[in-house]
Amino acid sequence: MWNQAWNYVVNHPDKILVWTLQHLYIVLVANASAAVFGILIGIYISGKGRERIADTVIYLASIMMTVPSLALYGFLMGILSALSLPSIGFLPVVIALTLYGLLPIIRNTYTAIREVDPAMIEAGRGMGMSERQILTMIKLPLAVPVIMAGLRQAVVMNIGIAAIGAYIGAGGLGQPIFRGIANYRTDLIIVGAVFVSLLAIVIDVLMGGLERLTTPKGVRIRRKR
Amino acid sequence: MIKLEHVGKTFADGTEAVKDLTMEIEKGEFCVFLGPSGCGKTTSLKMINRLIPPTTGKIYINGVDTEKLNPNELRRGIGYAIQNIGLFPHRTVGENIATVPMLLGWPKEKRRRRAEELLDLVGLPPDTFIDRYPSELSGGQQQRVGVARCLGADPPVLLMDEPFGAIDPITRSKLQDEFLKIQSKLKKTIVFVTHDINEAIKLADRIALMREGRLVQYADPATLLNSPKDEFVRDFVGADRMLKGLRLIKVKDVMQKPPLTVKVGEDPMAVKARMESENLRWAMLIDEDGRFLGWITRDDLKAGKPIREIVTPPTVTADPDTPLNEALSMMLVSALGTLAVLDERQSLIGVLSFKNIRDVFGEQWDEQQVEVGKEVQ
Repeated sequence: MWNQAWNYVVNHPDKILVWTLQHLYIVLVANASAAVFGILIGIYISGKGRERIADTVIYLASIMMTVPSLALYGFLMGILSALSLPSIGFLPVVIALTLYGLLPIIRNTYTAIREVDPAMIEAGRGMGMSERQILTMIKLPLAVPVIMAGLRQAVVMNIGIAAIGAYIGAGGLGQPIFRGIANYRTDLIIVGAVFVSLLAIVIDVLMGGLERLTTPKGVRIRRKR
Repeated sequence: MIKLEHVGKTFADGTEAVKDLTMEIEKGEFCVFLGPSGCGKTTSLKMINRLIPPTTGKIYINGVDTEKLNPNELRRGIGYAIQNIGLFPHRTVGENIATVPMLLGWPKEKRRRRAEELLDLVGLPPDTFIDRYPSELSGGQQQRVGVARCLGADPPVLLMDEPFGAIDPITRSKLQDEFLKIQSKLKKTIVFVTHDINEAIKLADRIALMREGRLVQYADPATLLNSPKDEFVRDFVGADRMLKGLRLIKVKDVMQKPPLTVKVGEDPMAVKARMESENLRWAMLIDEDGRFLGWITRDDLKAGKPIREIVTPPTVTADPDTPLNEALSMMLVSALGTLAVLDERQSLIGVLSFKNIRDVFGEQWDEQQVEVGKEVQ
């Protein structure tokens, strides 16, 4: 069984490469949009006097996470076809993954900004920084590592969920898995599963490096201690 | 320079933090807001740069109504330092110090030069510190950077909210001394908040003592200590207020000439005779250059024994600028209860005894009597 899987890998590297690239493409597009929306929403809800909104938004995003992906694809298919947009394939999967990716990004952005030491903000304001300058010069640089951690979590999680996208024709590493299930081909299931895992691990390591790279130097020194 | 007119602050929850505060702070004056926690001193400070907008009243800086200015521009023109320092951990020491210059759009080169100047001023070697990060500094060093930062764009007014509050007493005292030195050079108009009466006495030209949002007494430290306006002030300055007042007087103001100085080579018996005729128990020994060597007592003087062999070297000595509270404390440990006062070349210039200090109290007592007399008129 494992031998068969190995043979498949050796004989069809081209197919595996295509699936992997498809998979990556879906995840990256989805997470890029999740990052844009998530960070913007996170910044907005961290504003003064928006605690209520923040609670609601984070609550909704958490509920989103509990919806099974197949059910979400079903919902999206209904909505997209009503809007006469492609209801299977790439688009619904990207939208679903974007929604899943929002929670860790919003939550981390929000928490990181809220947890910036109030003394720093007071010092900044007392020296004449505008609210926007306080955000861009103090809050965001200090929040970046935590936001990156949220993004990393979202990406790794979505690599797993994206496999199910093959079920509605989005391609990717879910394809060998579903094909294997349909045809009693255990070797194909193993190939798909192993490569999804490998992809997740590699991306996790890379994002970890990115997280360290974006941590401001002065903050990194403090962490070392 | 800074004028507060009937300033009041009522917070949204109904707390009246400051009530009808009217006072004026002169240019170049070191004004300390003092009082127990919750007395409104920090609120008053923050109303000056509009971090807290006053509910009633007006605040003028150099005759300009602060309400008419853009708050961010107003704040860039005023130095601001706080107890928790609030250094930006992701910016180097140099960048932290040049925060306001950056906000004002100074070119990079000029900002760096300014940061170097200020590091020098606060006693941190620029080459070592300018490119470090705050997390690599000790608490005291961070506080120095905080002081340097509030001087960033050379503002005429500094607002400081317990800037030395969070550091150990030894470092604090050292920083206070250095800050006084800096202030004597720069002559900024400073508004400084503390709840520490000793800090206030040490630093202030004038103390504004507050209680429950009201200004109780606004006077220079000596007046506050010698003539507390009411029971609250008397309690706040403490039962040892006279002792605290000693801090305000320097040794050179009350020391006296040594009753008898003896040079190293003199004949012991002649010295003994002189001491007996003047009824002196001790004399002070100096070398040819006038440097103080120690004390000699009458009973130890014997024929044939050189004076140098019977001298008791001093355990402690004062310099002319030592405050009297420290001098008094030194006298308590000195063998003779008397303190030699030496200049920086170790030359003997005077002597201080308990009687000199007692005389100070006498004078202050007399002054007080005179003031009471005035009130009666």
